Amino acid sequence: MTDTSDIKKGFKMLIDGVPFAVVDHQFVKPGKGQAFVRTRIKNMMTGAVIDRTFKSGEKLEKADTEERTMQYLYPEGEGRVFMDTQSYEQLALSNEQLGDSVHYLLDGTQVDVMLFQGRPIGVTPPTFVELLVTETEPGFKGDTSSNTTKPATLETGLQVNVPLFVNAGDRLKIDTRTGSYVERVKG
Amino acid sequence: MAESADRALLQILELRAGAFIAIRRFFGEREFIEVDTPSVVPSPGLDPHLAAFEVRTPKGKSVGWLATSPEYQMKRLLSAGAKRIFQLSRSYRADEQGQHHEREFTMLEWYRADAGSEDVIRDTEELVAFVAEALDQPAPEVQPPWERMTVEDALQFHANVTLESLVDDEESFFRVWVEQVQPRLGGEQPVVVTDWPASMASLARIKDNGMADRFEAFYRGVELCNGFGELTDPDEQRRRFERDQEQRRAVGAAVYPIDERFLDALRTGMPESGGNALGVERLLMLLLGADSIQAVMPFPEERL
Repeated sequence: MTDTSDIKKGFKMLIDGVPFAVVDHQFVKPGKGQAFVRTRIKNMMTGAVIDRTFKSGEKLEKADTEERTMQYLYPEGEGRVFMDTQSYEQLALSNEQLGDSVHYLLDGTQVDVMLFQGRPIGVTPPTFVELLVTETEPGFKGDTSSNTTKPATLETGLQVNVPLFVNAGDRLKIDTRTGSYVERVKG
Repeated sequence: MAESADRALLQILELRAGAFIAIRRFFGEREFIEVDTPSVVPSPGLDPHLAAFEVRTPKGKSVGWLATSPEYQMKRLLSAGAKRIFQLSRSYRADEQGQHHEREFTMLEWYRADAGSEDVIRDTEELVAFVAEALDQPAPEVQPPWERMTVEDALQFHANVTLESLVDDEESFFRVWVEQVQPRLGGEQPVVVTDWPASMASLARIKDNGMADRFEAFYRGVELCNGFGELTDPDEQRRRFERDQEQRRAVGAAVYPIDERFLDALRTGMPESGGNALGVERLLMLLLGADSIQAVMPFPEERL
């Protein structure tokens, strides 16, 4: 057991058996009133972010989580298989657990796998990945407006909005935190 | 200037020096005298939610606590006949550390004898506008008069709940307050919140409407100051101190002694007075548009 004085960004706690990670926090103490710690916390199983206010000094239970670097291997049924780069141990996560991360997995991609009580619950892909455009309308000639975009489908099935000059076969740098286009990659 | 000049640090020093000069000039023009009361005191204040640092000799003998505010000693000066006094001093709160809290911070506290809370609210409005101008931080929204709101109206308006539904459950009251009310107070211009529940102001007099003669000013969701029309009745004050001690005992907090010399001073006769305590770092933070008080301190705990 621990208490609210340990709260900082990334601190992981157990609430009703569910692990939550602290996204943001603030100590507040109204004049003549008791102190609280206001937090924004992320449900590590579902990704949902909620606000929660703890009484300052309130007891908290640390979540038993661990992050391990793993390599994506291949799809299997409704999920994906990863391998620990140190122990070569393999484990699978369902597509549902992977959520949006499923769109950033190419053969050999290194990810951080989060384990809770020894079982995998999610992965963090690299911040930036490079993906191939498989399908997009050809650019319109003469349209130089830089704000205009068009949809494109990438090799993992991810849909992104891209500038008009992007063509099928281009490689694009994608920000996995937002799922958005960053730039076209040369070569 | 040295190659290694830390410009950010020097700017903080200049800002603070400018603010101290402006504050002293403001009160000097209004015929206040500056006082300096001790940091180590026989009772650090009995507010049930305050924690003080105990001070001990090398042999372990307790000699008192670091003051959480200079209130008792300044009120003794009022009883002794001082009419208008102000103090810029360090105050200490052992368990408060965060974006708007430091365990050691600068408190501006002032009192007017033969006056009430309205008089010190006016001082507050004028002081903040004066300091803003002196620091060349134009802030038209801090010009007096500020908006007024009762606690009841603030709860109703921002959280859609009645004071009556919360007044007997302090934890719920403050939970609603910190989550829904305070963040929305004083967004456009500072707001003065008045008429607090009598249970939430141990050193304020009670008004005819049964509410405490207490006010707090909020600016951009931050509490800037806390003031009272002061309680002057020694018997009532003792009852409230005993109630506060009881509350502290009940939650397992340290039970600090009652400052008997403070009560003696009330018995000698403290004039009707208005007083206010304002967090200087919070004022500077707000005038500068910074997002933490640490941004306006040369050596906050995290950089000490």
